[in-house]
Amino acid sequence: MKRHDPKTLKRSPPTPVSSLPKAVTGIQGLDEITGGGLPLGRPTLLCGSAGCGKTLLAMEFLVRGAVESGEPGVFMAFEESTGELAANFASLGYDLEGLVARKKLLLDHVTIDRGEIEEAGEYDLEGLFVRLGYAIDSIGAKRVVLDSIEALFSGLSNTAVLRSELRRLFGWLKEKGVTAIVTGERGEHSLTRYGLEEYVADCVILLDHRVEGQMATRRLRIVKYRGSNHGMSEYPFLIDEGGISILANTSVRLKYEACTERVSSGVPDLDAMMGGKGYYRGSSVLVSGTAGSGKTTMVAHFAHAAAARGEPCLWFAFEESSSQIIRNMRSVGIDLEPAVRNGTLQLHAERPSICGLEMHLLTMHRLVNQFRPRVVVVDPVTNFSALGSEAEVKAMLTRLIDFFKVQQVTALFTELTDGAALAEATEVGVSSLMDTWLLLRDVQNGAERNRVLHLLKSRGMAHSNQVREFLLTDHGAELREVYVGLSGDLLTGSARNALEEQEKAQALVRYQETAGKKRDLERKRQAMEAQIAMLRAEFEVDQAEAAVIIDEAEATAQVVAGDRNQMARRRQADPTVLEETPRQPLGKSL
Amino acid sequence: MKTIVTTDAANATPTTSVDEPDPTNYVLRLYVAGTTQRSTRAIVNIKKICEEHLQGHYDLQVIDIYQQPVLAGGEQIIAVPTLIKKLPPLLRRIIGDLSDHDRVLIGLDLKPTR
Repeated sequence: MKRHDPKTLKRSPPTPVSSLPKAVTGIQGLDEITGGGLPLGRPTLLCGSAGCGKTLLAMEFLVRGAVESGEPGVFMAFEESTGELAANFASLGYDLEGLVARKKLLLDHVTIDRGEIEEAGEYDLEGLFVRLGYAIDSIGAKRVVLDSIEALFSGLSNTAVLRSELRRLFGWLKEKGVTAIVTGERGEHSLTRYGLEEYVADCVILLDHRVEGQMATRRLRIVKYRGSNHGMSEYPFLIDEGGISILANTSVRLKYEACTERVSSGVPDLDAMMGGKGYYRGSSVLVSGTAGSGKTTMVAHFAHAAAARGEPCLWFAFEESSSQIIRNMRSVGIDLEPAVRNGTLQLHAERPSICGLEMHLLTMHRLVNQFRPRVVVVDPVTNFSALGSEAEVKAMLTRLIDFFKVQQVTALFTELTDGAALAEATEVGVSSLMDTWLLLRDVQNGAERNRVLHLLKSRGMAHSNQVREFLLTDHGAELREVYVGLSGDLLTGSARNALEEQEKAQALVRYQETAGKKRDLERKRQAMEAQIAMLRAEFEVDQAEAAVIIDEAEATAQVVAGDRNQMARRRQADPTVLEETPRQPLGKSL
Repeated sequence: MKTIVTTDAANATPTTSVDEPDPTNYVLRLYVAGTTQRSTRAIVNIKKICEEHLQGHYDLQVIDIYQQPVLAGGEQIIAVPTLIKKLPPLLRRIIGDLSDHDRVLIGLDLKPTR
């Protein structure tokens, strides 16, 4: 029996702690609804039609009391023999015989065969009191179940005596201080066929097993609980190998912690659209889209990435079988099989029509409580819409989302939208509950349909508002830029490719034009430099010629001056005149 | 005729008061709860009926379930007083203070059902 221990149930009491002492039942959900259990030391009436789980709930109360609370219990059965009880409960994993052997439990089968009874005068039911008293005292019982005491009415005819004796019995049970469950068959116009509710005033629980639209749902309701707050609604419950689990939605309130940690979506391009980090941990993500738009691939990426990080992932598949999902995802390069094999990823494939909405919710609760995943995939939620009205489906999904949030589970939901409907109206009307909403859409261009992705919203983070083309390749999903054509249409697929080619060609032309200009310029530069070189050469020639002329002129001048000096010395001329004669060479000033 | 108020469970096993086997021998057990007026009435009534209709071939034990609570379970006693006809076959339970003699006789197969 792998269950919540009562301590974890006590952790978040949904109702204010009442002063009324209570006996913890240990039954999943019941202690939450009743604010801690059944009234301690008082009888509780458990009524419902045949086969709705009265005996099971009553027995689970005793077994859990004996095992978890150390309170021995007496089960007085008016309908089934002790052997039948032991056999029936063995299939639920309850070892009644072992508990009986350890004096934790006492089973007493009361048979009343009207055929062998003759009533001849006054009587009372003291025999029952003595039996029960003896049973309680022999094991020190704190809990008692009478299932179903109404059998007395079919065995004995004096109802006046029975009624007064039942009144006495319930008073006597209170005196004994035992916490008792008395079961009663549902009557047509009253809670029980014989009006046991008249006698049991403290707590009345009604079980119901209804079939709506071919779906059977078990429900539990606390009709009354004197002196204590209690949940008023009808709570669906489930009977399986772990016993009873009641979906106590009272525990779901908008009180969860908002996590700031981010987890990758498994698609790097998509992470980039969300600031490069991905979704918030514990957030709810809706991936909606038309048929074949890649919703499952999108969530498979996420599941695959989570499993790769070693985070347990639970996948509820309502459309495809597990092996079909694995095969299909492998075709886009996402291999989920290793994660399934090592137990990180659990796939639960079921047709939604297998049971009602609330049973689905309960099953999911149970699996999440057992497996404790960090990541949950529900693919798709749309299939629930066949199971109830829009309001019911929305209520169920709200509870599911809140439950995931409380558990800090990041949840991805896929939703199939009708191609004809407005793309941004979700079929089940849950978008407002979601933190992040991805819309995958088919866009038709010419003779093609191509996928585009919109990130419609993502609460609490900066995110890209770009529409991206969404490609499914053999190595997973890829996001591409989307082109907008001249007419304002989105261009995707080959239209986008064509535009890309056109742009490439234009770029080539531009490149070529530039290159030509560069070459022209180079040519001009070279021409200019050649001219400069030529001018310089001419100049150098001129200069050289000029130098020669100057040298010759200076030499001539010296010769002339030398001649004049010689003449003067010969003529005895004034020396000062001779000194005044400049001696500088003329060519130097050039 | 023998009337025993047993205080021991072992004595509750039927013992015949007559030596010779008699197919019409009656084995009767009367379960009462204490010495209430109703218990006393039942004892008086059954003794009277036995003496009138079964003289010499019946075995009657009166058992107080307060003293023998385990028998209340073993013998499936709910209502008290309960008279159990163990023999002759077809076990019958006659409940009440046995003041309705006709019904007691019907229960003991000493009178046909109406």
